[in-house]
Amino acid sequence: MARLTPDNVARAQEIIGRYPRPRSALIPLLHLAQEQDGWVSPEAMGHIGELLGLTAAEVLGTCSFYEMFKREPVGRYVVNVCTSISCHLLGGDELLHHVEERLGVRSGGTTPDGRFTVNHVECIAACTEAPCLQVNYRYFHKVTPDAVDALLDDLAAGRRDDEVPPHGTLTRVRQQVPAGRWAGRGAEGLPPDRTSLGGDG
Amino acid sequence: MTDTTRTEPEAVPVTINGTAIEAKPGELLIDAAERHGVYIPRFCYHPRMRPVGMCRMCLVEVDTGRGPALQPSCMIPVAPGMTVDTESEATRKAQDGVLEFLLLNHPLDCPVCDKGGECPLQDQTLAFGPGESRMVEQKRHFEKPIPISDLVYLDRERCILCDRCTRFADEVAGDPLITFVDRGDHTQVNTFPDQPFASYFSGNTVQLCPVGALTAVPYRFRARPWDLEQVESTCTFCSVGCRIAVQSSTNRLVRHLGVDVDPVNWGWLCDKGRFGFEGVNSDDRLGRPLVRAGDTLAEATWAEALEAAAGAIRAGLDAGGPGAVAVLGGARLTNEDAYAWAKLAKSVVGTDNVDAQIGDGLPAEVVLGLPRATIDEVCAARTVVLLGPDLKEELPVLYLRLRDAAVEKGVRIVEVSPHDTGLTEVATVALRHRPGEAAAAVRAALDGAGDDPRVARAAELLAEGDVAVVLGRPSLAEAPDAVVAAASLLAARLPGVRFLPVLRRANVHGALDLGLAPGVLPGRVDLDAGRPWFEARWGAVPASRGLDATGILTAAAEGAIETLVLLGADPLRDFPDARLAQGALERVPRIVAVDCFLTESSRRAHVVLPAAAFGERSGTTTNIEGRVSVLNQKVTPPGTARADWMIAVELAHRLGADLGLDSLDGIWAEIESVAPAHAGLARARLLAADGLDGVVVPLSDHHEAGADRRPLAQTEAPEVTAADTHMGPESVATTLPGGETVPSVPRSPSGASGATMPEQIAEAAAAGDAAREAEAPEEAAALEAAAQQAAVEAATEDAGEGDVSAPVEHGPDRPPLLAFEPVEAGPAPPVDAYSLRLVSGRKLYDQGTLVQHAPSLAGLAPGAHLRVNPYDLDRLGLHTGDGATLRSARGSVVVEVEADPGVARGSALLPFNQPGVSAAALIDATARVTEVRLETRAGGGGA
Amino acid sequence: MAVTDAPRIVTARFEYDDSHTLSRYLATGGYEGLRAALAKTPEEVTDEVKAANLLGRGGAGFPAGVKWGFCPPGVFPRYLVINGDESEPGTYKDRLLMERDPHQLIEGVLIASYAIGVAQAFIYVRGEMALAQERLVAALNEAYEAGWVGRDIDGSGFSVDVLLHWGAGAYIVGEETALIESLEGRRGFPRLKPPFFPAAKGLYLQPTVVNNVETISNLPWILRNGGAAFDALGTERASGTRMFAVSGHVKRPGVYEVELGVTTFRDIIYAPVYAGGIRDDNALKAFIPGGASAPWFFEEHLDLPLDQTAVGPAGSMLGSGAIVVMDETTDAVRAAFSLVRFFSHESCGKCTPCREGTGWLEKIVRRVLAGSGRPTDIDLILDVVDNISPGPYPRAGTGSLGAEPVPFPPRQTTICPLGPSVGAPLVSAIHRFRDEFEAYIERAGTPVTIAGPAPVGGAAS
Ligand SMILES: Cc1cc2nc3c(=O)[nH]c(=O)nc-3n(C[C@H](O)[C@H](O)[C@H](O)COP(=O)(O)O)c2cc1C
Ligand code: SF4
Ligand code: FES
Repeated sequence: MARLTPDNVARAQEIIGRYPRPRSALIPLLHLAQEQDGWVSPEAMGHIGELLGLTAAEVLGTCSFYEMFKREPVGRYVVNVCTSISCHLLGGDELLHHVEERLGVRSGGTTPDGRFTVNHVECIAACTEAPCLQVNYRYFHKVTPDAVDALLDDLAAGRRDDEVPPHGTLTRVRQQVPAGRWAGRGAEGLPPDRTSLGGDG
Repeated sequence: MTDTTRTEPEAVPVTINGTAIEAKPGELLIDAAERHGVYIPRFCYHPRMRPVGMCRMCLVEVDTGRGPALQPSCMIPVAPGMTVDTESEATRKAQDGVLEFLLLNHPLDCPVCDKGGECPLQDQTLAFGPGESRMVEQKRHFEKPIPISDLVYLDRERCILCDRCTRFADEVAGDPLITFVDRGDHTQVNTFPDQPFASYFSGNTVQLCPVGALTAVPYRFRARPWDLEQVESTCTFCSVGCRIAVQSSTNRLVRHLGVDVDPVNWGWLCDKGRFGFEGVNSDDRLGRPLVRAGDTLAEATWAEALEAAAGAIRAGLDAGGPGAVAVLGGARLTNEDAYAWAKLAKSVVGTDNVDAQIGDGLPAEVVLGLPRATIDEVCAARTVVLLGPDLKEELPVLYLRLRDAAVEKGVRIVEVSPHDTGLTEVATVALRHRPGEAAAAVRAALDGAGDDPRVARAAELLAEGDVAVVLGRPSLAEAPDAVVAAASLLAARLPGVRFLPVLRRANVHGALDLGLAPGVLPGRVDLDAGRPWFEARWGAVPASRGLDATGILTAAAEGAIETLVLLGADPLRDFPDARLAQGALERVPRIVAVDCFLTESSRRAHVVLPAAAFGERSGTTTNIEGRVSVLNQKVTPPGTARADWMIAVELAHRLGADLGLDSLDGIWAEIESVAPAHAGLARARLLAADGLDGVVVPLSDHHEAGADRRPLAQTEAPEVTAADTHMGPESVATTLPGGETVPSVPRSPSGASGATMPEQIAEAAAAGDAAREAEAPEEAAALEAAAQQAAVEAATEDAGEGDVSAPVEHGPDRPPLLAFEPVEAGPAPPVDAYSLRLVSGRKLYDQGTLVQHAPSLAGLAPGAHLRVNPYDLDRLGLHTGDGATLRSARGSVVVEVEADPGVARGSALLPFNQPGVSAAALIDATARVTEVRLETRAGGGGA
Repeated sequence: MAVTDAPRIVTARFEYDDSHTLSRYLATGGYEGLRAALAKTPEEVTDEVKAANLLGRGGAGFPAGVKWGFCPPGVFPRYLVINGDESEPGTYKDRLLMERDPHQLIEGVLIASYAIGVAQAFIYVRGEMALAQERLVAALNEAYEAGWVGRDIDGSGFSVDVLLHWGAGAYIVGEETALIESLEGRRGFPRLKPPFFPAAKGLYLQPTVVNNVETISNLPWILRNGGAAFDALGTERASGTRMFAVSGHVKRPGVYEVELGVTTFRDIIYAPVYAGGIRDDNALKAFIPGGASAPWFFEEHLDLPLDQTAVGPAGSMLGSGAIVVMDETTDAVRAAFSLVRFFSHESCGKCTPCREGTGWLEKIVRRVLAGSGRPTDIDLILDVVDNISPGPYPRAGTGSLGAEPVPFPPRQTTICPLGPSVGAPLVSAIHRFRDEFEAYIERAGTPVTIAGPAPVGGAAS
């Protein structure tokens, strides 16, 4: 729970270097921190601020706007059940209640063993596959109560580790640019930075 | 004065509520409407910050030819032919809707809210709001007020999320330590956990907050708005001269609010200025004169004390002649006080050993003689050279203005300093040098010598011309000659360059202007050049140039000073060289102190005369620009404390002389008639509406449009007026992509001729007109009389004012204004490879008397770490956090070291006058630089 | 009925299991469009796209080529940002394009970058779409390696970098100016237009084109086959094909690429090759023609063609290609609640009416559902909507009630259209199913059994 590891600092530096302005790397670095720890700790926010020349408050301002960033530890598996309109029409609410009952926690809660966190979420863009859910942002379509039971059992037993990495990991492939291929024109001729346009705190 | 050379840009015809008006091009609709008497309600809009258009309170119906549509008037610039309806049914419904939305989650705690009674949300609700809430559900709840800093509390339930405080912190102060957190209707303003909103400007957010969400610790629950009385005045907690509303309740100062003055502070204040009034209210204030009886100071009557003080001066004169009497201090005084004391010291006592600076500034001739720039002029220059202290620490609101110039207007800053300052971040080039080597650094920058790209860039910028220099004393551990030589180089090499001198203390500029310095006489005149003129008016002037503060203390330490008058000076705390100050005060036989507090120094006096402080007396003060503005009394001084000029008059009387000064008006009239720099500035003008923003002297050198506003009424909140607006989306548009901008501030063409005589007469007459409109008849009469006198005097004066680059002639007798004599840079002090050079500057909060008597500020002095370049630390085998002994020829202190790449190699930075560590114990005020060695505490090696 | 045999343009490769790989892409005409583009001048490419009459597929439906032309001449650097934030309830197409045919999108990005003169392009993918990110990163890595992206592309001398960037959970970031703020590392607060039209002052206040994933995915085909061929599909004002996600109470929910303008809602909902009709052959109660922000349509609108110029005057929008079908068993109040909760949850909080208004509306409807409704609540809801979106709110005409349609779009007291969108489900549901609201309110206080569990985040809690 902490600052970025030296490896991740190196990754962070590479990410920062790809943007015309460093602050643009803020969200990617928050993801990096979450990948490292499963959540974004205050220390990580402070560290990211140092890397980008921002105050910790600025980092918090951005971080707290986005739902995926967890500012407190969550379960190894975050189960997000969609209850937006298309899923609502086909039993999303019932599916959520089933998961809540099965795991014994209400939406927003984490099981005492730290394995699962359950949330109801708005539309996750799988509307024709309703009702659906995500575990650590991996999709499960047309989920029946039986299917969800099996899924949770599998996850608990570690049988889906290939498919569902621990919370925080999104893509497992990193963008790589072979030497000499990066055109690097993004910042060319860009005037000096100004303060924000406001509305940003 | 209206500048007739500028052509007015074409007006934009707009129709508001059926009336045709002429708006300014690019002006925001909300401002145009307000200038024409139509006030559109608003919460988020503030003319000094970028509009964000998020509260939606200012929606009005606008028709630009495609039918009426609701538009936020704070975001749209006027366009020709625009038709606006601020009273239509649709407008009203939208505004009522927004008001209802804002109140949904707003607690109904007006009776216990500081803002109650001056809250626009409350006002508008009372005026237009629905009687009852249509929301029956629970309101949003947050923990009630939480401290977000030592000075400010935040009540998130009251917050209407207008983004004013957060925008201020980010855009204006550059301290983005408060921010919006979370999203949607959970959004709140907050700090990062455990990182308080530690900004020198935090108090502005309290003033900006349209509701009672932000409250200031020193004011919370102290008063209700309807119990407050206020006057408009000028802040003298430093020398920027911010205009403020001074508010009191039951004869105690309770609040300072910034007044938006276009040429100076734009409504901003630093927290020291805003909350420093607590020091004025301190129970430790001196209310009665004290006279020494053996080891103790005992209360005495004024008659006894004045007699004792006069006796001390007489005894000094008897023992050693005028040169044995010295006067130290005077920055606290008003202009009128300073003039009276200068006259007392220089004509009655006859000494020129007078210095309002106490070893912390620059020679008076330099400050007074260099061609001067105003703040606006500096901020509109193409390039600004910073050659002085850390402005964020010493002159905070000047820092804000320069930051704005750099960030918003693209002004290029070249910083020449031994260490990083608050402005380094926005500087285009930062050049670092060791103490004593400023001139060499400037020479390199002028020549583009060497292969350092930063130096080359600086040379480019300087070569492009239009340069202004901010000139001050970068470090108390370095004699001023280095920076004076650097300034000389800039003056010689950059044609048309102008200087803004940044001496820090309250009215130190007024004190120098009025003669409280060796070798000068009132009105920026050299002692010798002014002798005939002043002898004719004062009777006598000192025979020869006297000593400055260091000279006085050195002489005192050697036994050559018999009587020392401390005019609010506390050399034991404030003089850079503690050993010298100590030696002097121990040796001098008689000390007379005029002060508001018993300080370390005044405790040693034989007589202490209690003086009135800020808010307790009227008069005028002069800021860094030479801007003379009015101070107004709001409360009565404690006990029998009185204004310094009165003390001078009484002392003179007891010394057998009549200063001929019996009122503020009378003193100003005399200043105006004898002091060349102040010629033509009638007090009536200062008191008239046109003079509300102050007037820069000498008049021949500066032309500004007068203030375009009324004085604050007794109960009016100092909100900015539309006329002050400086930025709209259009200016965002024009400044952003290209980088370069057209300066928006009117500049006086350099070398333009001064006011002609008829103009002065016209002006004085105009002041008379203003006076006739003033409310109080007596005051009006007085103003008018003064105006007439000014007119007469202007008429009797020689009108021959010409090119300012040549000394200005003010008539056959009137001496010329002092002109700066460039100084050759001496060889840089030799580098001792084993030592570091000490750099010592001030922090905003220190152990100064007023700060320490303001309970809310006293604890904010940060303490002192020694900061050294990591390269040097490595060399010494030291690490951040290590303890070490820092030793100079004068003494030694124990410090904790901290690596700081912002400090020039070979230097060691130790803040002055901080608790725990005394930089003064190390500094040798008579040396060009103070060499120090760092020894690890184990006694090991070291530099 | 017109189930046409128009070619599938953007989903053509979906049938291959390895549709996301470079080898499959190259084997199926991949990067030929780019070659064709690089053989032309940038102006000619833009003209080709203008000729195609390719309307934006992100919701607003602005012609892509025309939008590119709004960048002020001579102002550089310029940026291209691909909007892959797909989050509007009911919308599901961009994710498929990114997961199944990432190279098609990348090729489109390169073509647009060349035409516009872009220094660097960003593909902003919704944070929750891990697989799309993975596929796109892999494709970009392949393409960089193979010389299709980056410095001196395919030996043409043209260079542009494409950087994959992903969000972190905020619907509002789909709005283009909020997307830009987010890409600058800030809170996703929309900017005011004017003055911040992205084409003039977008990312870092430089000229920036924001286009939807599907819009850009059409470019390779257009450059390969010519703008005229694209324009020949569909009708005069609705050219080409478009992906529609048909979800809800249909037999075959799915994403279908259909020819615009000639295909009708009835076709896509009922045709056996598409959604195949209502489940259990139930009656249709209502359908949302274009995502959560679109006012609802009913039985009588089924024969409208998929063409915004027909849908707009009828009181709604095609929006983001999201058709949500509700059958007769649907509880209109609960369905509306789900949508209101969405807007309240996703309000960025910048403007007062949206931040406070959507939250209040959610509370009112929740209270009505919980059995504490008051007779004044319906008018209150409509008045609160009116304070967020003044004037008559867009809605479908209803023959049975004799009401005229109020054309799209709604007016707004807010900065962006999210706030006013909250009115779409409420005004639609109240207009057509007022009795259902009244029923909840009349039952207030008396215990009622409602079929199914309470809505989430709902009344009971
Ligand atoms: C609240 C809101 C959400 C939006 N979400 C998306 C989105 O997820 N994806 C998208 O492409 N466009 C979205 N848009 C539309 C974009 O602002 C923009 O019009 C579009 O990306 C332009 O691309 P196009 O011209 O290719 O359609 C949204 C607009 C609003 C007001
Ligand atoms: S309408 Fe809502 S989402 Fe859009 S800017 Fe305003 S508060 Fe944000
Ligand atoms: S004052 Fe214009 S939107 Fe707030």
